[in-house]
Amino acid sequence: MQNEWRNFKGGAWETEINVRDFIQKNYTPYDGDSSFLEGPTQATTDLWNEVLELSRQEREAGGVLDMDTKIISTITSHGPAYLDKEKEKIVGFQTDKPFKRSLQPYGGIRMAVKACEDNGYQVDPEVVEYFTTHRKTHNAGVFDAYTPEMRACRSSHIITGLPDAYGRGRIIGDYRRPALYGVDRLIADKEEQLNSTRTIMYSDVIREREELSEQIRALKMLKELAKIYGCDISQPANNVLEATQAVYFAYLAAVKEQNGAAMSLGRTSTFLDIYAERDLQEGTFTEKEIQEIIDQFVMKLRCVKFARTPEYNNIFAGDPTWVTESIAGIGVDGRHMVTKMSYRYLNTLNNIGAAPEPNMTVLWSVKLPENFKRFCAETSIRHSAVQYENDDIMRVVHGDDYGIACCVSSMRIGKEMQFFGARANLAKCLLYAINGGVDEITGKQVGPKYRPITSEYLDYDEVWDKYKDMMKWLAGVYVNALNIIHYMHDKYCYEKIQMALHDKQVRRWFATGIAGFSVVADSLSAIKYAKVKPIRNENGVTVDFEIEGDFPKYGNDDDRVDEIAKEVLHTFINYVKGNHTYRGGIPTTSILTITSNVSYGKNTGATPDGRKKGEAFAPGANPMHGRDKNGAVASLSSVAKMPFMDAQDGISNTFTIVPEALGKDEESSENNLVAMLDGYVEKGGHHLNVNVLKKETLLDAQKHPEQYPQLTIRVSGYAVNFIKLTKEQQDEVIARTFHELM
Amino acid sequence: MGYIHSLETFGTVDGPGVRFVVFFQGCPMRCQYCHNPDTWNPKDGQQMEAGEIIARFLRNASFYKNGGITATGGEPMLQIDFLTELFAMAKQHGIHTCLDTSGVMFPGEEETDGAGPRKGLEKIDAMLDVTDLVMLDIKHIRPAEHKALTGHSNRNILAFARYLEQKQKPVWIRHVVVPGITFEKEELTELGRFLKTLSNVEKLEVLPYHALGKVKYDNLGIDYVLKDTPQLTKEQAKEAERIIRSAMEA
Repeated sequence: MQNEWRNFKGGAWETEINVRDFIQKNYTPYDGDSSFLEGPTQATTDLWNEVLELSRQEREAGGVLDMDTKIISTITSHGPAYLDKEKEKIVGFQTDKPFKRSLQPYGGIRMAVKACEDNGYQVDPEVVEYFTTHRKTHNAGVFDAYTPEMRACRSSHIITGLPDAYGRGRIIGDYRRPALYGVDRLIADKEEQLNSTRTIMYSDVIREREELSEQIRALKMLKELAKIYGCDISQPANNVLEATQAVYFAYLAAVKEQNGAAMSLGRTSTFLDIYAERDLQEGTFTEKEIQEIIDQFVMKLRCVKFARTPEYNNIFAGDPTWVTESIAGIGVDGRHMVTKMSYRYLNTLNNIGAAPEPNMTVLWSVKLPENFKRFCAETSIRHSAVQYENDDIMRVVHGDDYGIACCVSSMRIGKEMQFFGARANLAKCLLYAINGGVDEITGKQVGPKYRPITSEYLDYDEVWDKYKDMMKWLAGVYVNALNIIHYMHDKYCYEKIQMALHDKQVRRWFATGIAGFSVVADSLSAIKYAKVKPIRNENGVTVDFEIEGDFPKYGNDDDRVDEIAKEVLHTFINYVKGNHTYRGGIPTTSILTITSNVSYGKNTGATPDGRKKGEAFAPGANPMHGRDKNGAVASLSSVAKMPFMDAQDGISNTFTIVPEALGKDEESSENNLVAMLDGYVEKGGHHLNVNVLKKETLLDAQKHPEQYPQLTIRVSGYAVNFIKLTKEQQDEVIARTFHELM
Repeated sequence: MGYIHSLETFGTVDGPGVRFVVFFQGCPMRCQYCHNPDTWNPKDGQQMEAGEIIARFLRNASFYKNGGITATGGEPMLQIDFLTELFAMAKQHGIHTCLDTSGVMFPGEEETDGAGPRKGLEKIDAMLDVTDLVMLDIKHIRPAEHKALTGHSNRNILAFARYLEQKQKPVWIRHVVVPGITFEKEELTELGRFLKTLSNVEKLEVLPYHALGKVKYDNLGIDYVLKDTPQLTKEQAKEAERIIRSAMEA
């Protein structure tokens, strides 16, 4: 065994590229508690203070500190940049200066130009000319092929957020491979793949050969990138510092080459723990030094930035990059995959404070060790920065070496990728069904000219029949628009380094998405269980509704409406599956809106559930705000009923609770949160964002109550919904909570 | 059938673990600081079968592994037959049962000249047979002040406490501390001395008075007597608890 692999247990991973096998043979499950963890070193704290200072400057400059307007970003386009070279354990920035955003025009030159202009910068005219006249972009390709119908759907917002003008993202390279094997070995492997393609040149074989050549070139550039920083990653990593640095270089290469909407990291912690364990045994590093490496790695991940436009921020607010890291889970052999490194990653939140990135995602299972569960709960309560996803249902589909891309999209690392596909507005689609394809806001005929509903009251069976027809139409336009998008993205904006860190044969998930889910469920429930009278304008278009009587609402564990929600989901995904998909993509859907629920709502007329025109939708698969009235468990249970296999790309639920509502003291709060997560996962719930809110959040809730539907204050024996309190009471609660925090 | 005000499916402060909390409708007490005046009228709320409530619990049982069902209100013992039916059914499914009560419905101390079983006691015994934990709210230790605060004497309540001790039923004592009423050294010390005589108290919960129920009074058009009373701070609550405990340990 070569020296870098000393003391590792051998196996299939030695002779083939197989990181999972390496992990399974070598990782050490950790059942202990968090007492071994170390705080930050002085160097880490100093560096983080510099990052905070740059962040402050960036905020004061209006959100962007500096932008490259001339040099097109590639893996090797920029020289080295440092915060403080002497103190940095993990090195590498996207450009020649920290916080300077790179220029990435391959997705679309117009978007790149606008991102600069909106922030007060001007892209070099020669670059603009080049990417307008001489070198086509993904965006230009897509619009060459779009049909008028697709354009109409886009402008009426029945389909929005399509990745047709920016990088699609949601692809995770196996960034661990360069660390374990060294880049030279990966190049040799890719060369072998290139030499063993089929020999009759069908177009797919030609494409495969071209892509493999691109991948080999990208791997060579990855080695160059390391060299720019004085590192050699052609050979395997020798210790945890080199391994972490190699993982980071591979990830850095990806974000230098692609500004995809979500650039996720994968599942690196248990992999790196194997090196850390060996180093601890060999005496190479102390626990303090290992934590320092991880703190600084995470710090670098938090500094990843892209040039974005304000329109983009409407769908994905808050400058996110989704450096999602998937932690823990259970192996297929039944051993849990919690290691000391799982703790160290979460501990970065303590050492350098809470932050949205990297997007820490715990793959939760009822079978995770109790100590770790408690530590997760403690971390959530303290930082509100962790999300949880159900390993027990995903492991069945993806095994034990998958990761989450973006928020909820699961895929095997290095073996599966996704064609990201934004979302269809199913609430608007329901209005199209009622109005015979006429848009309720513009009055234009966007959908097919089916017969509208003309009766005085809406009849459930009639609406449902028409709704199915309209969903079938929408699924067709939607999937075909995505076919164009992904064809063009592969052609003009191919993710060469990320795909170089994949196997030759990858499975492609063809991801669609749904917005307005709870609005549709409640609307259909209202039509079925109450009396809904459409209000039509002078052109006969229904623009509002009158509801007589009450009806069951999604989010109360009431099967009458929850079954309707399931039926909507099942029907829609089946229509999606009825379409041809590009490159054999396997159709999936997600119920996830990110922050687009607000803009979707803004562009959707009044709905039969009583939601007014322009009012925001609930996010993801959440019940509409204020309508879940039987407490958290009932609300969670409604969402958990949605079958994962019908929305395999993820069912997102954002849960908000005030610290007092979790329990009377620290210990019971942690136990109660664990019980809640266990219960949710056992019920088959897929994803849960846990917010344990602090004062700042309460203040924000005052300003944006629609985003905090479940914000509950429980005071011994009874509960009040925060947003229903008067302003004065809210102020009072905020004051009290503030004191507690102080 | 019982009259139920509402259900809370994620109760974390009404007994051990995560609890399914059933708010019973109806209460004879009129505590000045009551935060649930909407539960007073015994004929409001919705009528529910015990089986329906248990079914709702069971469908989400995975959340309640370390918890169970809590009956609160209102005053659950006002509907003691229904309460017993509900808890009996819960016990059949192995569910932990917890009763949050003022104890005011207890039939009272045995008359000195009386002989034989007291009226109503069989029902209490049947109910306690299926109750794992009683959370007993003692509003005030002195009868006169108790009457002023709640409209009732505390005679039967203290008798209930002694009865539970006699039966060795696990009890958590709750005491709401209100500035100007129960945030008073004498009262707290006296309470502590009383608790010292009970060997079945597993936990003492001192609850600081808050005014969050006020909005409900405004909505119901009821005068809120304590409108000028300040809320109790966390520090004051700690101080109150210290006083009670030192009397219990003295």
